[in-house]
Amino acid sequence: MQVLLLMYQDEKAIQKLPREEFGRIHGAFVAYVDALKKAGVLLANQGLGPTAKARTVREATVLDGPFAETKEQLAGYFLLDVPDMEAALAWAKRHPTLAHGAVEVRPVWT
Amino acid sequence: MARASYGKLVAFLAARTRDVAAAEDALAEAFASALAEWPARGIPRTPEAWLLTVARRKLIDAGRRRQTSDEAAPTLALLTDELVDAAEGDAAIPDERLRLMFACAHPAIDESVRAPLILQTVLGFDAATIASAFLVAPAAMGQRLVRAKSRIRQAGIPFRVPEREELAERLDAVLEAIYAVFTEGWADPAGTQARTRDLAEEGIWLGRLAASLLPNEPEALGLLALMLHADARREARRGAQGEFVPLATQDPARWNAALIDEAEELLLSASRMARPGRFQLEAAVQSAHAARRTSGRTDWAAIVQLYDALLGMTRSVVVAINRAVALAELRGPGEGLAALDRLQDDARLAQYQPYWAARAALLARAGDAAGAAEAYQRAIGLESDPAVRAFLQNELLHLA
Repeated sequence: MQVLLLMYQDEKAIQKLPREEFGRIHGAFVAYVDALKKAGVLLANQGLGPTAKARTVREATVLDGPFAETKEQLAGYFLLDVPDMEAALAWAKRHPTLAHGAVEVRPVWT
Repeated sequence: MARASYGKLVAFLAARTRDVAAAEDALAEAFASALAEWPARGIPRTPEAWLLTVARRKLIDAGRRRQTSDEAAPTLALLTDELVDAAEGDAAIPDERLRLMFACAHPAIDESVRAPLILQTVLGFDAATIASAFLVAPAAMGQRLVRAKSRIRQAGIPFRVPEREELAERLDAVLEAIYAVFTEGWADPAGTQARTRDLAEEGIWLGRLAASLLPNEPEALGLLALMLHADARREARRGAQGEFVPLATQDPARWNAALIDEAEELLLSASRMARPGRFQLEAAVQSAHAARRTSGRTDWAAIVQLYDALLGMTRSVVVAINRAVALAELRGPGEGLAALDRLQDDARLAQYQPYWAARAALLARAGDAAGAAEAYQRAIGLESDPAVRAFLQNELLHLA
């Protein structure tokens, strides 16, 4: 099955992180992507630009900003191909975002 | 009282009706009645018998509502007689938690649900708490538990301690479920995640229960010794800033001496019974590490021997990895790496962090910085504990 891991984190808190800490998070992400690839489960992944650059369209009106104002913003996604939800959760559990945010796991209709 | 009583009362009721869910419901209502009545009227002389009497009434009511009384009537009548004996004669309620645990870890119950089922029936954990501990969605865990309980009823799984010839094998399933409870909590020594904070303690509590109910089963003692040894190092596994401290650099002065002593005594009693087993061997490995506390050194030759025996018994790839690390300490990283290489066809290793962490450390010691860097990268990507991840990243950074 295909699942989408959606990573949520507090944009402002991430921007304020010390350089060294940021470097460590980046390193953890690189390693995580590497592990996903080597295990043969990664289909696609992208990070998203800041919500300040987001536009939301609602009833044909274009609004500034993201779809919803929340403490944590959608920061990126990982599309995985895994045997079942259990396997998806096992990968989500290792997601580096969990150190400072949350990961939503959603099955994808295929 | 509630904690020790809960499992005992569930076991007593369920062993007679075979309906774990109904026993739990009835008991929950009985505890609710106790909360309402005891503060006003005072605690009854025999609280457990009082709870059982109320729970039995609820069971009968529930049976009538379901109109399945034909089937249940004889057992409920029997229950009444026994209860009257217990309540009037001041006889202690028999402790049947062991039977309950054997039912929960029966071969007909799916292996993945055995530990959760024991947590729920013996300790009274709710499905949501168990689900978050095992990282499963609450609704899914709830369903699994309900299914397992109806399986106990429908498949007629007996509430009994197996006879001698099948005891060893069946006991293993019970002990494994208890160990699974412990290891879920052990992964998070700092207790930063509320979901796993208490599970190591719950596992030890269950281990003590099993060891006290089966004092002549060396593996029950071995499991308890194993968990106590591991728990003795809980504090020492984290530094002042919460950083991960591996076993080799832990300060033995920070190990809990009382727990180690207790574990050693258990292991000694177990070994006198001259029936070795997996948990005793694992506890013996822990014991060899703990010896550094007094001798100042680690006897790697003894540890490799213990892992050889374990490997012969379990054929587990996890044991093989640990053995390779011990072998490297004894005969150098080359031999350890050769032992790891022999495992590399196992597909499960692609997702098994300890293999990559072990490989990285041995490659680094053998002077292969590039190979070590690649292996560290894999280990970091597969790790879920931020403290261990930071430790591995630091090792990667400091490769020559």
